[in-house]
Amino acid sequence: MTGSKPLHSVVCIKQVPDSAQIRVHPVTNTIMRQGVPTIINPFDLFALEEALRLRDRLGGSVTVLCMGPMTAEDSLRKALTFGADRAVLLSDRYFAGSDTLATSYALSMALEQIGRTFGTPDVVFTGKQTIDGDTAQVGPGIARRLGYNQLTYISKIRELDPAAGVLTVERRAEGGTQVLETRLPVLITMLEGTNEMRRGGIDTALAAAKAEVTIWNAAAVGIEDLTRCGLRGSPTIVKKVFAPSARSEKAVMIPVEGTPYESARAVIEAMFARLPDVEAQLLETAAQSAY
Amino acid sequence: MSETEQDASPRFDAIVVGAGPSGNAAAYVMAREGLNVLQIERGEYSGSKNVQGAILYADALEKIIPEFRDEAPLERHVIEQRIWTMDDRSHTGVHYRSDDFNEEKPNRYTILRAQFDKWFNSRVRDAGATVLFETTVTELVRDLSGKVIGVRTDRSGNPIMAPVVVLAEGVNGLVGQRSGLREELKPDTVALAVKEMHFLPREVIEARFNLQGNEGVVIEAMGTITKGMTGTGFLYTNEESISIGIGCIVEDFVDSAETPYGLLEAFKNHPSIKPLLAGSEIKEYAAHLIPEGGYRAIPQLYGDGWLVVGDAGQFVNAVHREGSNLAMTTGRIAAETVVMLTRKREAMSAANLAAFARRLEETFVMKDLRKYKGIPNLLHGGKAQFFGTYPRLISQAMQTWFRVDGVDKKTKENAIARSFREARGWRGMIGDTFRLVRAWR
Amino acid sequence: MADTAKPAAAKANAGSRAGTKKELPDHFKAYRHVWVAVEIEHGQVHSVSFELLGEGRKLADKRGVELGAVVMGDDRAALDAAAAQCFEYGADVVYVVEDPALAHYRNETSTSVLTHLVETYKPEILLLGATNLGRDLAGAVATTLRTGLTADCTELAIDEEGSLAATRPTFGGSLLCTIFTLNFRPQMATVRPRVMPMPARQEGRTGRIVEYAPAIVEADIVTKVLDFLADRDSDKANLPYADIVVAGGLGLRSAENFQLVRKLAEVLGAEYGGSRPLVQKGWITADRQIGQTGKTIRPRLYIAAGISGAIQHRVGVEGADVIVAINTDPAAPIFEFAHLGIVADAVTLLPALTEALAARLRVNRLAS
Ligand SMILES: Cc1cc2nc3c(=O)[nH]c(=O)nc-3n(C[C@H](O)[C@H](O)[C@H](O)COP(=O)(O)OP(=O)(O)OC[C@H]3O[C@@H](n4cnc5c(N)ncnc54)[C@H](O)[C@@H]3O)c2cc1C
Ligand SMILES: Cc1cc2nc3c(=O)[nH]c(=O)nc-3n(C[C@H](O)[C@H](O)[C@H](O)COP(=O)(O)OP(=O)(O)OC[C@H]3O[C@@H](n4cnc5c(N)ncnc54)[C@H](O)[C@@H]3O)c2cc1C
Ligand SMILES: Nc1ncnc2c1ncn2[C@@H]1O[C@H](COP(=O)(O)O)[C@@H](O)[C@H]1O
Repeated sequence: MTGSKPLHSVVCIKQVPDSAQIRVHPVTNTIMRQGVPTIINPFDLFALEEALRLRDRLGGSVTVLCMGPMTAEDSLRKALTFGADRAVLLSDRYFAGSDTLATSYALSMALEQIGRTFGTPDVVFTGKQTIDGDTAQVGPGIARRLGYNQLTYISKIRELDPAAGVLTVERRAEGGTQVLETRLPVLITMLEGTNEMRRGGIDTALAAAKAEVTIWNAAAVGIEDLTRCGLRGSPTIVKKVFAPSARSEKAVMIPVEGTPYESARAVIEAMFARLPDVEAQLLETAAQSAY
Repeated sequence: MSETEQDASPRFDAIVVGAGPSGNAAAYVMAREGLNVLQIERGEYSGSKNVQGAILYADALEKIIPEFRDEAPLERHVIEQRIWTMDDRSHTGVHYRSDDFNEEKPNRYTILRAQFDKWFNSRVRDAGATVLFETTVTELVRDLSGKVIGVRTDRSGNPIMAPVVVLAEGVNGLVGQRSGLREELKPDTVALAVKEMHFLPREVIEARFNLQGNEGVVIEAMGTITKGMTGTGFLYTNEESISIGIGCIVEDFVDSAETPYGLLEAFKNHPSIKPLLAGSEIKEYAAHLIPEGGYRAIPQLYGDGWLVVGDAGQFVNAVHREGSNLAMTTGRIAAETVVMLTRKREAMSAANLAAFARRLEETFVMKDLRKYKGIPNLLHGGKAQFFGTYPRLISQAMQTWFRVDGVDKKTKENAIARSFREARGWRGMIGDTFRLVRAWR
Repeated sequence: MADTAKPAAAKANAGSRAGTKKELPDHFKAYRHVWVAVEIEHGQVHSVSFELLGEGRKLADKRGVELGAVVMGDDRAALDAAAAQCFEYGADVVYVVEDPALAHYRNETSTSVLTHLVETYKPEILLLGATNLGRDLAGAVATTLRTGLTADCTELAIDEEGSLAATRPTFGGSLLCTIFTLNFRPQMATVRPRVMPMPARQEGRTGRIVEYAPAIVEADIVTKVLDFLADRDSDKANLPYADIVVAGGLGLRSAENFQLVRKLAEVLGAEYGGSRPLVQKGWITADRQIGQTGKTIRPRLYIAAGISGAIQHRVGVEGADVIVAINTDPAAPIFEFAHLGIVADAVTLLPALTEALAARLRVNRLAS
């Protein structure tokens, strides 16, 4: 353990519908949420595991924070089963319909309340993005509001010295990896595939099953101006949700007759009939490489 | 969570393995009566391994949670039962529909297990039980005398102790088998059922099945759809979906070239079924075992420190397709037994837990299973007749009878009688009837 | 915030806030023009910026306003070259921001520069690439400006009232939604590479340059770039920009069979990729995943072998000119959006295709 200061990490996790199981009502064209199971946003698990590893390495504690309906308590409890130390659910009907701006506002207020109640967070983690909202904006939004240094797409935390308050990370950039050095406090959005979620032991699981999840509403985190929350606090407006339309013409099916080789030739014939220029290009390349 | 909580290793009065209908019933009743209960479920949540629609028989649940109708996720209450015998192109049916089933407290409901079980389990937790998910019990822990004193799980750490373990682990429960409490399943006493859930808008379902509001229909089918194997097919109407499935005795699958999925495909494409599903979108597919050995397959139900309930105890009435009600009833009675012994501070010994089996004898569970104890063998032994010959004969007879083609009725009668006689012989037919009546009595 | 506005035309499935078109607050009325924040890394303009200029041009014409581009960096020559390219791809104005502190992308510096420019010149629409850089920057800028941001759009349009209608996939790609930022400015959106077509380059086209020197004090910036580890280019997939892509799915059944995809790709000089489960199984690396959470591709020809065509895969390939699907299941969803289909076992058809193609390319060459 470096220094005396225990590290406090907060991981923002979102409960999302398992999108693989969402269906669109064939008649009304609305989303059928009935019976669609919810899961912890898969990207957030990489953030949680990274936070747990930091705690194992440096000491301190991990708080998980989720804004969502009361049923999101299940996801928080699951996070406790993985090994988080405490869980906070931010839930209020005024938050319904929040877009990323309103979400990051509410979460940043909750993070400040967490600071006042359990100690200021040194590192706030989020996932890279959610699978339902898919925006990757909430993390940057929180960083901006809290004035934390923003570190997105982090693939590795190389070093972290809680006492000195400095850290070095690897960040996935276009075409390569940036190595960045910065100071605590930071907001980190964790890249997927960087680690694998652990499985809590039986004691952790038992404690998690019995643990109290702290539940806060808007007032409890000091939100006075409710116009900054939920629908009213959201500058973006979803006007229409619809299923992707089917292409009017379906695929032209190539009949299967004779040997695979004959089928293959039929495919190639049909393919190049539509793309004569591509064939010409290929022939040219082939010709060049032949000489 | 915090260090202080961690080293105070919890003490439980009872551990329940599994969170299906039987485990939930047992855990709920014990927790409600003030016992410190730990329930362990390997699935992500209660019902997660059980995705499809089913029939809920109200009575058994009412005895546990009388007000369940106000909160449980129920799909439709059943007002019409259709029983079909089918050959490849036809079905002959008995339909019973009654407005009496539109009663204030309906008797049967269609449910989606995933949602229903989840609700039931939330009641278990509200009652104060500790529930661990995504945790599999790997073995029972015994003391030197062989008494069961706790369980080990697939999570790292020490075993968890309790004076009694209720095994509600379902048909394929390996814990009991591995611990030598029960025998392995025999392929001739267990059916493999495959089911699908098909989405259809509620208006379409209501129009197709002639329903209003939350009324529902159940179809049970038997005949050549199982290609001569022992088994049945079924179709249930849910609120916005249809559950359809078919199941046969595992041994028959082994002996034949049929696959469960092939059977289901054929069943769905049967001319009597296909129009009912037309335009639907398949949502879920699942396969599951059903213990169908009946009375004779029931294992030892209790011992020092343990009890078996639900499918794990083979409590399924295959003839009437009842299972979850037997599961809940056995779970409840096991729980009441444990509560009684705990209150009296008596040991969870085999001798004391025998009260569970005695009380079961007084319920419909044992009475029904005993009544039908001959049926599994009969159907299995006579599968060629019951799932091939007779359905075909009945269908032909119906067709001969209803087709108006200039042949006089007497000749038709004779032809029908002859077809039965030739196919099965007088002696065979009399024998089948006799055996059927005897098995039923 | 009284909801006094009359409800707009009853749009299907609108939430309760939908259709509330309030009067734009006065301080936003001055916002005009469409901007693209151009992405330069290591001296090179990312092609997504040109794609955005192409799209931005259409929006600007529809609104009758100028198209602006913002380029930032430390290298004058690179900035000038980038500005020239921006004009050729449709920009009317290029805001050139030069400062030594902008040598590498850093959130802190770029956010403050872009925020300052927006507040000074007031664009009504601001577009960025949905790359790691663009997403990092857009989220911070939108929060600072307290405005709406629609991420990963697949379609941008101007509605009857002159607002930006940004359409994007939602729920993991299962559905699409159209999003507006009615009462705040700028209206921000990000778009993934290759979702929009590359516009034609108009050689020699020029425009106005506006300079901005932010005079950043390096010592004030907390985050330092210690190093940049460039990806090794050798086996780097360049799926988004490949002309031909051959991909495999779970239908191939094994990692060995996936080699059949690579062989066909080789004959065609194509890139190869696959569906997400293959990444999860470790048959291919993550940078070869095609679809919603992988790469969006826009090839002339896309050959999909043993891929069911789930919606998350579909949204990544729909920009292809010709999609050829090989699947054993005639009811596979991929046949709903492929142009050519064949119901066949990919494991036998792929080698046949490879052989027949090799032969065809050889024979035709001899004939010509
Ligand atoms: C196709 C089909 C249709 C049916 N239709 C009906 C119907 O319409 N009406 C009806 O009443 N009945 C029906 N049944 C029967 C009914 O589903 C069962 O009788 C009932 O579910 C039994 O309940 P149970 O609690 O004993 O077992 P289950 O419901 O099987 O529950 C057992 C639970 O234990 C868990 N478990 C198992 N092993 C472990 C372990 N080692 N550690 C932790 N957890 C474990 C499992 O994950 C599971 O959740 C049907 C069955 C099938 C297959
Ligand atoms: C949030 C989210 C994001 C996702 N993002 C992506 C993404 O970016 N990209 C992506 O691809 N997926 C993505 N998915 C997964 C996606 O939903 C599908 O699960 C996936 O695309 C299916 O891959 P597949 O087609 O290879 O496999 P399957 O769906 O299993 O299909 C295999 C196909 O092969 C056919 N087949 C079988 N044998 C043969 C044979 N011998 N020859 C020919 N055909 C055969 C089968 O008929 C079937 O159609 C995402 C899912 C979620 C929930
Ligand atoms: N309601 C929420 N509660 C907690 N965390 C959230 C919530 N919404 C988003 N996040 C976090 O922000 C990240 C990015 O979300 P998004 O911008 O929606 O893609 C997620 O991976 C979460 O870590």
